[in-house]
Amino acid sequence: MQVPAHFEYERATSVDHALALLAKFGPESRVLAGGHSLIPMMKLRLAQPETLIDINDLAELGYLRVEQGELRIGALTRHAELLGSALAGQHFPILHDAERRIADPIVRNRGTIGGSLCQADPSEDLSAAFAAVRATMVIRGRTGPRTVPEREFHLGPYETVVTPDELLTEIRVPIRPGGGSAYVKVDRRAGDWPVGAAGAALWLDGDTIAEAGIGLAAVGAEHFSAAEAEDFLRGAPATGDNFVRAGQIAAEHCRPISDQRGPADYKRHLADELTVRALRLALDRACAGEA
Amino acid sequence: MTVNDTEYAADVEPRLLLIHFLRDHLGLTGSHWGCDTSNCGACVVWLDETPVKSCTVLAAMADGRRVRTVEGLGHGGELDPVQHGFAECHGLQCGFCTPGMMMTARWLLDHNPDPSAGEIREALSGQVCRCTGYENIVRSVRWAAEREAAARSSAPPGEDADYGPEVAG
Repeated sequence: MQVPAHFEYERATSVDHALALLAKFGPESRVLAGGHSLIPMMKLRLAQPETLIDINDLAELGYLRVEQGELRIGALTRHAELLGSALAGQHFPILHDAERRIADPIVRNRGTIGGSLCQADPSEDLSAAFAAVRATMVIRGRTGPRTVPEREFHLGPYETVVTPDELLTEIRVPIRPGGGSAYVKVDRRAGDWPVGAAGAALWLDGDTIAEAGIGLAAVGAEHFSAAEAEDFLRGAPATGDNFVRAGQIAAEHCRPISDQRGPADYKRHLADELTVRALRLALDRACAGEA
Repeated sequence: MTVNDTEYAADVEPRLLLIHFLRDHLGLTGSHWGCDTSNCGACVVWLDETPVKSCTVLAAMADGRRVRTVEGLGHGGELDPVQHGFAECHGLQCGFCTPGMMMTARWLLDHNPDPSAGEIREALSGQVCRCTGYENIVRSVRWAAEREAAARSSAPPGEDADYGPEVAG
């Protein structure tokens, strides 16, 4: 029987209350959102916070809306809500592609977008998807909000720039016309973490790539992205040959490790091939006007 | 916490999981405690209106909320059509996964009254039947869907509906 170690439980009634509780209980406290990463880690005693601050009552953090040219996603939005959002799918099919492959429908009912990002697992699909579309994170502290680009959000495995007295409150994705996006993933079985996964977002100016975003999960890509491959694509014609070269560049800059999900050379191969597939699908969608 | 329309109050340790509160404190042993790792889905109950894996929810998180377990699936002594379906179509062998399967199936039919076999498989994809009796589970859910459709239209359920396996899913 897996049981967490002893801890104290507090339930926040507002964002300000959550921040006050975080300040009161200090670095040994943890925010409890969906709990589908944190509670399993606590059962295995990989995490032993002294206090959990339950934010599930903060309905103010559960929303999806378009505001000021951005898709804005409250951090407490459940995976199932993002997957069920026609608004999100219309602007960023990459998010639906990724969500469809995250865990299973029951886990998605409970797990949250903010929780997944703050868990900062190197294999987290949404971290790569949001890197591809250059999202911005809104982090609230007691002195007010600050914004951090998604690509600067993660400091390393299981570590983000969110300090112990702060709370991730919102994810913002800029909406630009003429774009298309997609996410492709290889996993060992349905609902598993990826062996490798790639997301791509393209914005076209005629046949030329005005801007490209490539996100990579589980293959040791710095900041979950492939900046060198993006640089290669920017300003280039949107051709299959260029996508193939971009895949090679993305793979060259990855540092995958061998583990139970696969050997490093296979993961590097996936980084290459999946980047190409995601770019092709993103281009098809951009041409079809599917965003 | 309100469980199956009955209010309960208890002082519990923060680390007590909802599945153990339901089983050990309230004696509602219909929900099964399976893998303990949010993989198998034997412990699925509704939290408010949503199926969740209760091995990965703290009892304290359900404080002030509504929980529905398999014991609350029937209505006034009458089995739910989903329960009838599992009985009619041999939807269970050992029965361990059955309560969780039925809670998710009920939720599915409430939101999609006429699901395809593929949609049923997708909805139940976070739940494991250790007897691998998935074919009959899908048939059971389809049976319930048709029974409810018939009840709505007062017409007899179709006998030749295609609810065989689908390649995609």
